[in-house]
Amino acid sequence: MDIVLQQLVNGLTLGSVYGLIAIGYTMVYGIIGMINFAHGDVYMVSAYITAIAIALLTFFGIESFPIIIIGTLFLTVAVTGAYGWVIERIAYRPLRNSSRLSVLISAIGMSLILQNYVQLSQGANQQGVPTLLTGAIRFTVGDGFVQITYMKLLILFISLLGMGVLTYVIQKTKLGRMCRATQQDRKMASILGIDTDKVISTVFVIGAMMAALAGVLITLDYGAFDFYVGFIIGIKAFTAAVLGGIGSLPGAMLGGLILGLSEALFAGLISSDYKDVFSFSLLVLILIVRPSGLLGKPEVEKV
Amino acid sequence: MSQVVGINFKKSSIDALVAGFLALILFGPIVGVLLDGYEFDAEFGRVAWMVAVVVVGRFVMSCFFQTEKGVAMSFKYANHDEGAKVLSPGHKSKMVWIIPLVIVVGLLVPFIASKYVLTVVILGLIYVLLGLGLNIVVGLAGLLDLGFVGFYAIGAYGLALGYENLGLGFWSMLPIAAILAAFAGAILGFPVLRMHGDYLAIVTLGFGEIIRLILTNWASFTHGPNGISAPLPTLFGLEFKRRSKDGDTFHEFFNLPYDSAYKYMFIYLVLFAVVWAVLFVKHRLVKMPIGRAWEALREDEIACRSLGLNHVLVKLSAFMLGASTGGLAGVFFATYQGFVNPSSFTFFESALILAIVVLGGMGSTLGVVIAAFCLTVLPEVLREFAEYRVLMFGILMVVMMIWKPRGIVRVTRTGFAARKGVVK
Repeated sequence: MDIVLQQLVNGLTLGSVYGLIAIGYTMVYGIIGMINFAHGDVYMVSAYITAIAIALLTFFGIESFPIIIIGTLFLTVAVTGAYGWVIERIAYRPLRNSSRLSVLISAIGMSLILQNYVQLSQGANQQGVPTLLTGAIRFTVGDGFVQITYMKLLILFISLLGMGVLTYVIQKTKLGRMCRATQQDRKMASILGIDTDKVISTVFVIGAMMAALAGVLITLDYGAFDFYVGFIIGIKAFTAAVLGGIGSLPGAMLGGLILGLSEALFAGLISSDYKDVFSFSLLVLILIVRPSGLLGKPEVEKV
Repeated sequence: MSQVVGINFKKSSIDALVAGFLALILFGPIVGVLLDGYEFDAEFGRVAWMVAVVVVGRFVMSCFFQTEKGVAMSFKYANHDEGAKVLSPGHKSKMVWIIPLVIVVGLLVPFIASKYVLTVVILGLIYVLLGLGLNIVVGLAGLLDLGFVGFYAIGAYGLALGYENLGLGFWSMLPIAAILAAFAGAILGFPVLRMHGDYLAIVTLGFGEIIRLILTNWASFTHGPNGISAPLPTLFGLEFKRRSKDGDTFHEFFNLPYDSAYKYMFIYLVLFAVVWAVLFVKHRLVKMPIGRAWEALREDEIACRSLGLNHVLVKLSAFMLGASTGGLAGVFFATYQGFVNPSSFTFFESALILAIVVLGGMGSTLGVVIAAFCLTVLPEVLREFAEYRVLMFGILMVVMMIWKPRGIVRVTRTGFAARKGVVK
């Protein structure tokens, strides 16, 4: 019983982070109908920037935890957002009118570039960050206990905050209205005076920023990362986006939570060696059974 | 204004400065701050020259695209959609002369080349085989398969495990592995081929990773990350080892001194024959109705379905054929290495095969052969740049998609003349 509860707690935090990354996939897919294959590697870049920001801040003699975490979040989100913008500008914008296959191949190329670029500049070794936040709340359940670390609470809080802010921006602001209009009908939106290229860039930046939030949180929690972490977590976040219905913002968050919870339960109760196999199989199954996901609309192909 | 074409240097300078500023933000942390444990070493020199390169490059580019030539070029790239090049009906291909020449040279290679060159060429041929297989799937049928390495792994592990558990040798596993891989392709393909292109890419990617993870984790059967040895091919029962437990070895039978290069020569010759067979089959298939159906489906699926093509069967045939070619390549890889382990079958391998197909020109056989050799032989030649290999592949993929999405060698096809007496 305590294992189930503990895995539920772990799954909830993991799932909220998957949700954050899935937002990048789902928004980009919704607006230009492509899978941003390099998104996982944007996350990986943000993990490195997190470690670099922490190293820089401690170098300048800052010791207090709140300032470090806020400074790291700010720096990482800003720089990763710039990465998102540049990636779109270089690899995707010149291909706006090309076939989907070309765009996808270009995205795969971008993913390889990012991985190798980070590997070349930072070395292939695993890197780490110091543990900044320790301590936990413990509940006794039956014979065992369930432990919720403060870090996990922080992850939950920040990711919910991020999702909340994003939902507000998309639903209530002018920028959000422009995004939604472009998503519904790009040509019509541009006729009505929306600079759709700019909106698409903004969506990439937002996606990268959300991935950066996830990058900071996961890196602080796990402590270790290398240049290859983006690949697996990218596919998982994509699974989450598909599970919730690709193109749907609440779907991405819901999908992330469901995937995180089921993966944690699978790892805790059945086998942790095969948890990645489980996630990939889940992805294949959803795409076969219900490709439109939980909250997505079925896609109708038109001539 | 009399100035028709002039370079606005102010605009170019601003472009260059903006690019430089962005480059500073991007490269600053990742390149400039080298993590060392929880501390760091500042490497601002690297950042400085990278930013300088970006600024100068952006300035030159911005100036170039304001010249007449640049404007024409950017217009061309914005509107490129070159299809196949159609030749005149009576066109005689020069290949009639080139092919016998290549075959003769190819047959001479093992006898003149050193052992090292031979191993590189074998690797090149294995990638030609892989490229040809994926070319059927991606190039002809337009199905982006990112898990192609899964079929390669099935072929390679098929040989190793078939030898260990069932005592099957190279020659019996060669067809069996192809059939196994084709079956795996069918099992994967049948449910997923109804899906739309991008989803297919991700599902196949997941499939490739599942195969690799199973190979890594199912240690009792596959020996996990430690890998497993694979047998060498035999020539009518003659083995290519120094000595053999049962029967003769090759060098004893022919009274030759033992040389480890013999086995590579033999693998090379068999592989060479198989590559030509695959080339021949593929060449014919493209001209058959099934090949036409693949290409038609790639260009416009809805039109094909309205004309009554069974899209699932057509795609499935492409998928299975591609997979079986991948399986063949896997068998050769295993016997060439004498050993297989899961680390040979990562996603990077799939991306490399994809790069071969993309670079060569999707659907173009000649292009794939050239690209396969370039991408496998060049890294051997340029050893000192080995660490930049992946970076180069990535840049090539992006640049090719922007510059020449149809690859270096364009697909050509002979046109048909209207018969005499047909009313126009």
